[in-house]
Amino acid sequence: MRLWKLHIILILLACFSCENESVDQYVATPYQLEIPKLFQDNILAPVIPVDNPMTVEGVELGKKLFFDPILSGDNTQSCADCHAPENAFSDTRKFSDGINGEFGNRNTMPLFNLAWNYDEKFFWDGNTFSLEHQALVPVADPIEMNSTWLDVELKLQQHNEYPSLFEDAFGTTKIDSNLVTKAIAQFERTLISANSKFDEYLLGQTNLTSEELNGFNIFMDEARGDCFHCHGSDKNPLWTDNAFHNNGLDQTFTDLGLGAVTGDPADNGKFKSPSLRNLAFTAPYMHDGRFATLDDVINHYSEGLKNSSTIDPLMKKVNQGGVQLTTEDKAHLKAFLLSLSDTEFVGE
Amino acid sequence: MKKLVFVFLISCLTFLSCSEDQDDKISQATITLSFSHHWDGNLVSNADFNTIKFTNAFGTQLSIERLRYLISKVTFYKTDGSKTELQGYNLVDVTNNQNLTFTSPTPIETGTYTNVSFTFGFNNEDNAGNYQDLNSASWNVPAALGGGYHYMQFDGKFINTSNQEQGFNYHAIRAAENPGDNPTFPQDTFFAVDLGAVTITNNTTFNIEMNIAEWFKNPNTWNLNELNQMLMPNADAQILMYENGLSVFSLKSIN
Ligand code: HEC
Ligand code: HEC
Repeated sequence: MRLWKLHIILILLACFSCENESVDQYVATPYQLEIPKLFQDNILAPVIPVDNPMTVEGVELGKKLFFDPILSGDNTQSCADCHAPENAFSDTRKFSDGINGEFGNRNTMPLFNLAWNYDEKFFWDGNTFSLEHQALVPVADPIEMNSTWLDVELKLQQHNEYPSLFEDAFGTTKIDSNLVTKAIAQFERTLISANSKFDEYLLGQTNLTSEELNGFNIFMDEARGDCFHCHGSDKNPLWTDNAFHNNGLDQTFTDLGLGAVTGDPADNGKFKSPSLRNLAFTAPYMHDGRFATLDDVINHYSEGLKNSSTIDPLMKKVNQGGVQLTTEDKAHLKAFLLSLSDTEFVGE
Repeated sequence: MKKLVFVFLISCLTFLSCSEDQDDKISQATITLSFSHHWDGNLVSNADFNTIKFTNAFGTQLSIERLRYLISKVTFYKTDGSKTELQGYNLVDVTNNQNLTFTSPTPIETGTYTNVSFTFGFNNEDNAGNYQDLNSASWNVPAALGGGYHYMQFDGKFINTSNQEQGFNYHAIRAAENPGDNPTFPQDTFFAVDLGAVTITNNTTFNIEMNIAEWFKNPNTWNLNELNQMLMPNADAQILMYENGLSVFSLKSIN
């Protein structure tokens, strides 16, 4: 009996779809994301949502939007003002100021390899799911671009170029926040950094200095750096686990981080492990930009750890402030970290 | 027109298939392993994490903050000595409540088996492979210790002799000595867990329990004050973990 109903529905559907057959569904030119060899060989495929396939026109539009101050309330600030390409799409300032000169309390995050954030939790505290949703936030944030989506949609709609660019990318001249963020997300997925000296070393194209090599050993040695449990390795070329940890910055927290998102006190003071790629361009460091130099960061792990109930159990000798690396080990660790910087990426 | 033909075909197929699956004999069964965890009989889930609420055999109070482990090579043994290995491995992630059940993509013939087993960790051959999902989960072991993968990451905090909370990293790997370019391996530290004889007539789930407390208990009473961190390069500690691991798993039920 049920099957008959199904058949009737199928037949009806078939009839309706006949009418549609002549209408061409607009399809933009598919964009082939170039996946670096080390990523291809070692880690899972990037996350590209089925409802936002990448297209040449979409990526181009996203790039234009990313660099266009039209997205801000007074047309003075673009995404790139805080996410500068020459700084691996981050900001040299501790806190970036929005269009009203107000400062947030978090350091701007660099943008690369975002399509490989498999859990798709974005921001330091992971509060936003997916790149598409992320791009909604800064536009309307009063201390960032301080606009409204209605206003942005209107400005783009009245612009002399954008309507036709949206048509090329999405087959419609009707612009809305959904399509704007889709285009930006497509562009962001093309920001791939995989050509550091260390990558070349892994590909057999160059040699490391003995300092860099020793630094890598310290990084991988549970008794010294033990950085690999959270920050990737030669087998995880993202150089992050994209997970949330308390790495011992504070005894008490002014910014609860993940804890404010989950409401679980056991998550207080936890932030996303950043990728260690491109550190040469992304100072200052940590979620609040508290460390100006890599030496500060290494000293923190070596002897500056602060105990708290949520400090990660991987942190060692916390009552002594850390594992007390030797001066030489520190220098070598730093040399290794810098070998993860990709000058080609910031030159683009 | 083409659409109508298609609908007609679908209709035929649907009718045909109706008559089929009624008395179809299942000669292949899908196997699922389901993992639960307890501390000497008290059920443990990630809701019990991050609080000092467990006491180990040595008498040390502790918390669990992370627990994930790898199982592989689910194997069915027949009376005639032949065996079937199911494809796949599984990273049980108790912290994130993920992969607590594992269904192998390869089905198994129904029938009687003298034993079913799985491997805790990877055997040495499997450990030499390159696995994108495990790399993406940062599950690797440094090359200086032989490379390959963790068998288990069990992290938490314990109350030390100065009455302070201190971290521990009970990370089980293949025991390695002389870390560096040519590490040596004193003995294997993966192990097979036997689930015993079973007759498979239908899709089957093995409910497997891990008594987490056993990692600290039997035969080696574990003193966290002495063995807490940096245990990966400590081959002796790895062998103690292996010995304790042998009694950690048990079969609760089959359904
Ligand atoms: C006023 C400076 C500023 C502007 C303008 C800005 N951002 Fe950001 N961006 C930040 C800061 C600060 C963070 C980290 C905020 C946090 O974690 O709370 C961030 C985080 C991000 C992240 C998260 C990265 C990750 O790995 O989790 C993405 C993606 C991003 N921004 C994209 C954009 C886009 C797209 C725009 C334009 C629509 C934009 N940003 C405009 C400052 C800015
Ligand atoms: C338990 C996980 C964990 C371990 C182990 C760990 N880190 Fe981190 N690391 C983090 C987290 C989380 C942050 C961000 C913390 C914050 O901003 O609150 C971070 C931040 C950093 C930063 C700043 C990057 C930036 O862009 O701001 C550097 C550099 C760094 N770590 C290097 C290291 C080195 C070197 C080691 C080994 C000595 C190490 N980390 C060990 C989790 C870890």
